[in-house]
Amino acid sequence: MSDGPAKLTVVTGAPAPGRKRLTSILIHVALLSASVLMLYPLLWLLAASFRPENEIFTSASIIPSAWSIDAYIRGWNGLRTSFATFYLNSFIISGLSVAGNVIACSMAAFAFARLNFRFKNFWFAMMLMTLMLPYQVTLIPQYVLFRQLGWVNTFLPLVVPKFLAADGFFIFLMVQFFRGLPKELDEAAQMDGCSPWRIYWKIILPLSMPVLATAAIFTFIWTWDDFFGPLIYLSEMKSYTVMLGLRTFTDSTGESDYGGLFAMSVLSLVPIFLFFLFFQRLLIEGIATTGMKR
Amino acid sequence: MTARSLQSGASARERAATPSLWSRIWQNDAPGYLFLLPWLIGFLGLTIGPMITSLYLSFTDFDLLTSPDWVGANNYMRMFTNDPKFWASMRVTMFFVVFSVPLKLAFALAVAMLLNRGIKGLPMYRALFYLPSLLGASVAIAILWRQIFAGDGLVNKLLLVFGIEGPSWISNPKTSLWTLIILSIWQFGSPMIIFLAGLRQIPQDMYEAASLDGASKWRQFVKITLPLLTPVVFFNAIIQTIEAFKSFTPAFIISGGTGNPINSTLFYTLYLYQEAFGFFRMGYASALAWVLLALVGIFTAFSFLTSKYWVHYDE
Repeated sequence: MSDGPAKLTVVTGAPAPGRKRLTSILIHVALLSASVLMLYPLLWLLAASFRPENEIFTSASIIPSAWSIDAYIRGWNGLRTSFATFYLNSFIISGLSVAGNVIACSMAAFAFARLNFRFKNFWFAMMLMTLMLPYQVTLIPQYVLFRQLGWVNTFLPLVVPKFLAADGFFIFLMVQFFRGLPKELDEAAQMDGCSPWRIYWKIILPLSMPVLATAAIFTFIWTWDDFFGPLIYLSEMKSYTVMLGLRTFTDSTGESDYGGLFAMSVLSLVPIFLFFLFFQRLLIEGIATTGMKR
Repeated sequence: MTARSLQSGASARERAATPSLWSRIWQNDAPGYLFLLPWLIGFLGLTIGPMITSLYLSFTDFDLLTSPDWVGANNYMRMFTNDPKFWASMRVTMFFVVFSVPLKLAFALAVAMLLNRGIKGLPMYRALFYLPSLLGASVAIAILWRQIFAGDGLVNKLLLVFGIEGPSWISNPKTSLWTLIILSIWQFGSPMIIFLAGLRQIPQDMYEAASLDGASKWRQFVKITLPLLTPVVFFNAIIQTIEAFKSFTPAFIISGGTGNPINSTLFYTLYLYQEAFGFFRMGYASALAWVLLALVGIFTAFSFLTSKYWVHYDE
């Protein structure tokens, strides 16, 4: 991987066909070994979760000598509360977050991209500012607020902000997309007496499925992965998410049952991996066009 | 509800031949503000309001149970003059930012350039390199990392093949932070994709002209690729630096929430979490948050101010 840039200097001028072929092979070798190096830890984790317990710490290979799903069964019920509850909680929180983000962010984006109103540029600048704001600055007063509302130990502090379009990144993503749609559509609809609401609902949203899907998928993945929010707001085990369950596993039984811990780790990655498998084009385009952080 | 009020706004327009100021505002501004309403409530109630409150709390002692006590600038004084843990966490975070961001971007650019040579299988490679970025923020990956760099972990087993006996990278304060830097570099996939998109924008004929003039590949890289790519480098650097400042989960999981060994993985965010939710020193934690904001703000302002000297934008 690291000898990549050096190789670029090798070929100068117009290379002979044979030499060009050699370069191409070398690049593939470099890229393939880099891929293997990068994916090795993941494959090893997968293998370790299926290994007999005594083999986990003796083997560096990514093919178990024997396959067993014992670790999955042990891990699933390894804590006082079963992982089934954690999965249900994570799905509820992520599902509601997706709904909230798609609705609230697309409304705000529609206002910014298609409507005119006083101080629009000011609000837009404010929205961009929130993108750079470290969440720690609002963390403690938000915690105090949600605590006074009696929302601690419920899903509300994790979900309600999504319905208030708190993740400005997705507004930005959608504004970019909405601006690309032809303005004539709105104008024609307006001539026909369509209200802004109908234009939003009947014209803009149906044409924006790709960006709505991108926002939905990233919201799901980021919420699924979120550790900090659940860590401070959820304290009873029956309301834990999968990520909190995993963390508790490392604290309590993790030291003795690595197999179970690895099995649950693998399972926690499955939903994200499925999104990757089926929607990678959408994800990669989303990053390429707007520069997402991950 | 909203639809109806918009329509009544429209019919009001038809009725009034010379609209009053109020109905003009209603017609022109109301739809925009109605659509913006959820965001506005969130912005005022969850961002601006809390920011002001947090600034106030940073000048108080506040334990969440009794009301805040005004202590003036004491929190800030204590932080800068009498809190070794603050400086330890500052050092750890700065070290992490300074090493992880440039290395991550260098890998991202190097791989993007290899991929941009019209090779076969580009979508496959791109997806494979992107996967760690997508999975990497998960608790599961932090758990995996803790195992990989443990004394009996995967890295040492592979080193043993070459006859090297490795230490426990996680519990050695000299190397523990590096395991987190490697974890961050491992996730170079998304800046790589952004670099790839940027490289596509560079016209191929520039390279052809340059190589006709006998410019070496290295010269082409320094004189064409890098200058034309500076807006993308700039963008990636800002995003990744802010992300690095905010990094929390890996350090929390790998050190079990302690920031040990000997505070070597005590990220600033982790220290803030300990102060706020471990010791319930909410006032002090608010002051820490404002120092973090100032740091990120200074960095961002500095980047934008210096950008005109090194970032090339098309005219």
